[in-house]
Amino acid sequence: MNSDLIVFLVLSLVAISSALGMLFSRNAVYSALFLVLNFITVAVFYLLLGAPFIAMSQITVYAGAIMVLFLFVIMLLGAENLAPGNSLPWQKPLAGLLSTILAVEAIYILFSRARSDAVITAPDASLNTMESLREMAMTLFSDYLLPFEVTSILLLVAMVGAIILTRREKGGQS
Amino acid sequence: MDWTMWVEWVLKGFVLCLILLTGFAYLTLYERRALARMQVRVGPNRAGPQGLLQPIADAVKLIFKEELTPGHVYRTVFILAPVLTVVPSLIIAAVVPLGSSFMMFGREITLYIADLNVGILYLMSIASIAVYGIVLAGWSSNNKYAMLGGVRSSAQMISYELSLGLCFVIAIILGDSMNLNEIVDAQKGMWFAVIQPAGALVFMIVTLAEVNRAPFDMPEAEQELTAGYHSEYSGMKFALFFMAEYQKMIVICMIAATLFFGGYREFWFLKDTFFSVDQNWFLGPIYLLLKVIVLLFFMIWIRATWPRIRYDRLMSFGWKFLLPLSLVLAFVTATGILLADMFNNQLYFWSIPFISIFILLVAVSFIYRDLRRKSHGRF
Repeated sequence: MNSDLIVFLVLSLVAISSALGMLFSRNAVYSALFLVLNFITVAVFYLLLGAPFIAMSQITVYAGAIMVLFLFVIMLLGAENLAPGNSLPWQKPLAGLLSTILAVEAIYILFSRARSDAVITAPDASLNTMESLREMAMTLFSDYLLPFEVTSILLLVAMVGAIILTRREKGGQS
Repeated sequence: MDWTMWVEWVLKGFVLCLILLTGFAYLTLYERRALARMQVRVGPNRAGPQGLLQPIADAVKLIFKEELTPGHVYRTVFILAPVLTVVPSLIIAAVVPLGSSFMMFGREITLYIADLNVGILYLMSIASIAVYGIVLAGWSSNNKYAMLGGVRSSAQMISYELSLGLCFVIAIILGDSMNLNEIVDAQKGMWFAVIQPAGALVFMIVTLAEVNRAPFDMPEAEQELTAGYHSEYSGMKFALFFMAEYQKMIVICMIAATLFFGGYREFWFLKDTFFSVDQNWFLGPIYLLLKVIVLLFFMIWIRATWPRIRYDRLMSFGWKFLLPLSLVLAFVTATGILLADMFNNQLYFWSIPFISIFILLVAVSFIYRDLRRKSHGRF
């Protein structure tokens, strides 16, 4: 048993328990915090796979920016505590059905792939250098330039939309 | 990976923590003395010679203070929040190089903890995590003032993080690397603050906002929010917030020195003399310390002389001034380097500082015009 495997097992325990904690805590702020823990654990998984760039982006974007906004909204709306009653009675059976289907599909694909010899391995550790970062940037800005630019335009449109929605109209009631 | 490596890492981490903690203690003394000088007072000078034992007296006072946990707080998060504030301020220093390397016990010992190829992204991610401590302190106090302080600070830090990221981009472009060691090495010939003075200035302003220092100390604006997010904290828990704030100041000055002021390197004109770090490794930490002291003095100076900025102006300053300005500066830097490479003409490269200073002046004149129009009541 090598040290990577031990780290992996401990991390998966943390990841799964934080995901469960997010689902089952009744306070929205605690849920958000469990989700942050989960995101950081996933970032450490990326580090184990030799992808430090993705790990750091994961922490910056998800754990840093997006979850802070989530917390911000939860606190501003004062929606920390869930009402005790269940307002959507059909939600639970539907969720149970859909997640069962997903689990069955995942297990089927896992075992059907396991029979073939295609084994997913971690990328070579020697790729874990500045050069790989450079190569990634090169690919992103040459082969995938169009999707990249389309994404940025999408984000720009979202930003403009947000500004227009919150803008106070001249002469209208504030 | 042998056991001596582990010993080396643990020792270096321990030493770095010690440096930051004593640095915090003496920064409080430094700030109080410097502020006193600027306000024509004497400052603390009773404990020890020149007040040098004052931090110890402060620590003893804080440890023996009664620690109160109000009954209406969310207990777990209330205790967790100070810890979440201190930890990022300590671990962010791990990638900052304190010097080159030296030989001891037959092995090369480097004066940094981690040599990450994504060092700048590491700084970014830890800086974005750092906001949690303050937000959670505000929320868990279950108190309107504390809550407002926390919400304000999260909005402020998210807004200024964008410009911070763009300033990092400037340093990445100039150093052609995300590794902080390589960025320092790239400044052997010339500091980045000389090539991109406007970028260094914007970086210093943004870091003031990131560590919630005056004039951007919104989360604890006394006249509006009593003490902001730490209203309900007392004793050692309060001391932890205090500690985190000052450690963040030190670390952010270390980062600013590394990215724009040559890091542990000497002045560029001392390159091949006795005073060069290449010839005497022990000069590295000393140079870095001197640079950090000078940068900290600027922070204290600003606190002593500038009033706190109003919250709506803080937001418009971040979004409408600093963000476009840093975008344009990053663009100018990239274009200058690209043109210099394409036409093999260093003239394009050396036009970067002049063009960026010109752009800075244009932007400042816009602010000036805007403020004048507002003061005449026309919109």
